Amino acid sequence: MFPESLSRLKAVLTTRDLNSEQIEGFLSAASQIKKNPESVAQTLKGKTILQFFVENTTRTRMSFETAVRKMGGMNVGFATASSSFSKGETLLDTVRTIRQYGVDAIVMRHSSGESPKFIHENLNLPVINAGDGQHEHPTQALLDAFTLQEVWGSLKNKTVLILGDILHSRVARSNIHALTKLGVNVILCAPNTLLPKDLSLFPKVEVTHKLDEVLSKADAVMCLRIQFERQSQNYFPSKHEYRHFWGLTVERAAKLKPNTYILHPGPMNRGLEIDSEVADSKHSLILKQVENGVWVRMAVLGGILR
Amino acid sequence: MMLIKNARVIDPSQNLDAERDILIENEKIKAIDKPGSFDSLKIQNAVDAKGLIATPGFVDVHVHLREPGLEHKETVKTGTTAAVHGGFTSVASMANSDPANDNARVTRYILERSCEAAMARVFPIGAVTKGLKGEMLADIGLMVEAGIRAISDDGMPIMNSLLMRRAMEYAKMFDIPVISHAEDLNLSQGSPMNEGAVSALLGYSGNPNASEEIMVAREIALARLTGARVHIAHVSTKEAIAQIKAAKESGVKITAEVTPHHLCLNDEFILSGKHTCSHSHGKTDYKMAPPLRSPADQTALAQALESGLIDMVASDHAPHGCVDKEVEFELAANGILGLQTTVPLLLGLVHEKKLSLKRMVESLTVAPAKLLGISEIGTLKPGSHADITLLDLSEEWTLTLEHLVSKSKNSPFTARKFKGRVKKTWVGGQLKYDSSK
Repeated sequence: MFPESLSRLKAVLTTRDLNSEQIEGFLSAASQIKKNPESVAQTLKGKTILQFFVENTTRTRMSFETAVRKMGGMNVGFATASSSFSKGETLLDTVRTIRQYGVDAIVMRHSSGESPKFIHENLNLPVINAGDGQHEHPTQALLDAFTLQEVWGSLKNKTVLILGDILHSRVARSNIHALTKLGVNVILCAPNTLLPKDLSLFPKVEVTHKLDEVLSKADAVMCLRIQFERQSQNYFPSKHEYRHFWGLTVERAAKLKPNTYILHPGPMNRGLEIDSEVADSKHSLILKQVENGVWVRMAVLGGILR
Repeated sequence: MMLIKNARVIDPSQNLDAERDILIENEKIKAIDKPGSFDSLKIQNAVDAKGLIATPGFVDVHVHLREPGLEHKETVKTGTTAAVHGGFTSVASMANSDPANDNARVTRYILERSCEAAMARVFPIGAVTKGLKGEMLADIGLMVEAGIRAISDDGMPIMNSLLMRRAMEYAKMFDIPVISHAEDLNLSQGSPMNEGAVSALLGYSGNPNASEEIMVAREIALARLTGARVHIAHVSTKEAIAQIKAAKESGVKITAEVTPHHLCLNDEFILSGKHTCSHSHGKTDYKMAPPLRSPADQTALAQALESGLIDMVASDHAPHGCVDKEVEFELAANGILGLQTTVPLLLGLVHEKKLSLKRMVESLTVAPAKLLGISEIGTLKPGSHADITLLDLSEEWTLTLEHLVSKSKNSPFTARKFKGRVKKTWVGGQLKYDSSK
């Protein structure tokens, strides 16, 4: 079930570091697990997974914890909204301490970019990045690819439009790498203020701020969450204006090709980046993404820990 | 009396590059002349420096000695020990100690500690504003009387242009330079690295070149308005170089320094750097302010140093303990050690033909001495201090953690192979460092 290409992985930190064979390996394992979850019910038996979430979150943590339980493993948790821990302990000391309790792997969410890599390289423990700053969220990209693969069969030569706050989005970064490795044409659309200036180290993607010009090219639209505080930081003048130019409204959805799928990593701001009618339409894969998240995370846990 | 014989003496202050003997008496340079000129004096205390290069002791205008208050990172004693190990005989210490050097009592304390413990000469830099807060002028005149040679709030740039104007007008009366860390804090928004392809890839917010360009432009405008001397610390961008060029051509009293790390590294090192931090050489040792810029900026800096547009090299020696560096990249303290690696790194540029030996020595001697307004250092003219650095241009060696005598170990250059080494350092005729011991 878990191909040879995955057994060398000691961590899943970015999709940038995964090759297409490894990405396809995870997707294929997820597909088999989804068909027959019982086959991996004992894979993590006797293993303890630290769910280390140093940032507010619900869904990703629940998804990972569910995945561990379905594979017979045990979760231990640690959650805090703040990266400055009580008593001034450093991140490294905190994880060093917890490791002594006996931990086989760490699932880690942290507000600072590359901190899962920092922990992995210093403590030599398997680490799965559950979102680090604005850097990457590799399991989200894998579950997005898995969800699209389910409806399309193959992703090759499809076009995915990623719409919204690219600048601050770890979901966008992980998806750019993962999707292009699977043969997808990626289009990024955002106001200039929410786009990185220099994308030369990324795989080739199309970039635009003119949403209406690219709508008809998309086979799927991945809509990103817009955080309200971006408005007070002057990334755009108002929610109203954002919706006017970049919202995935009912009117815009009508300009999409008939079979264009809609994705959103959640949590959604209905009426801002996406209209309810679009989010709940028959082409929406948003709830499928949530469900598939568990299968994909089981594949990732099994891939590096079996 | 003491004699250094047969050295190739490079002293740009007197346009000298030739084999010479150097005669030292009472802590001063007595005379320099052709080899053998002083043999008749039959001096017992003679060092044969055949095949080596002797230069005026190097002067570093940008050092954080951390004393008082931050002695867990560095002290006057450990910092100046690192200085003489790196060939520096004079260092100017930045004002961001705790308390800050914003009044004459702190200045006098630093100078007292230097008398007691320093291996090299220490010239304190005073704060521009009280507590480095950018609100009220510090006791600039009283500090000048106590011994400061420049003023700077360094890493706490003064955003208020009116306050900076006043500081320049005031400093001009005492003929001391105002040193500016040129960064528009609103534009750089606390970013941990340069804005560019690497920051985009890693998702870090970026500090754009424009944040330096804007503030260099402001300092030039204010220097023109006030007639004051302004010195741009650690220039990092090609745009700032262009501004400085135009300002110099129009007669503004402006000088600039560059650090060896901005000359030898760029932001791509952050991409490849490992996070492991067994006391040094972690990814956070590539984090500094201003940040490492693009390879294009790096190239432009070396060219500007060689052409003399950038006047001098300063190490921005910034010791930090493990607890400040063994943390998430975004939370890590800015800065790295520099005193022991500056000269070997510059010699590397000399070997790569990016820098002439003459410009290298000039940028470490006459230029910084002139900035501090001290005529007895940075030169080997008779009557000046017998501060001398002896270099081996060709010795190959590898820097290890054990070489670092600083109290902190935050250097990205450990394990680096160098060609060229500081062999001996004299301060006032006293041998303060000998690589063979």
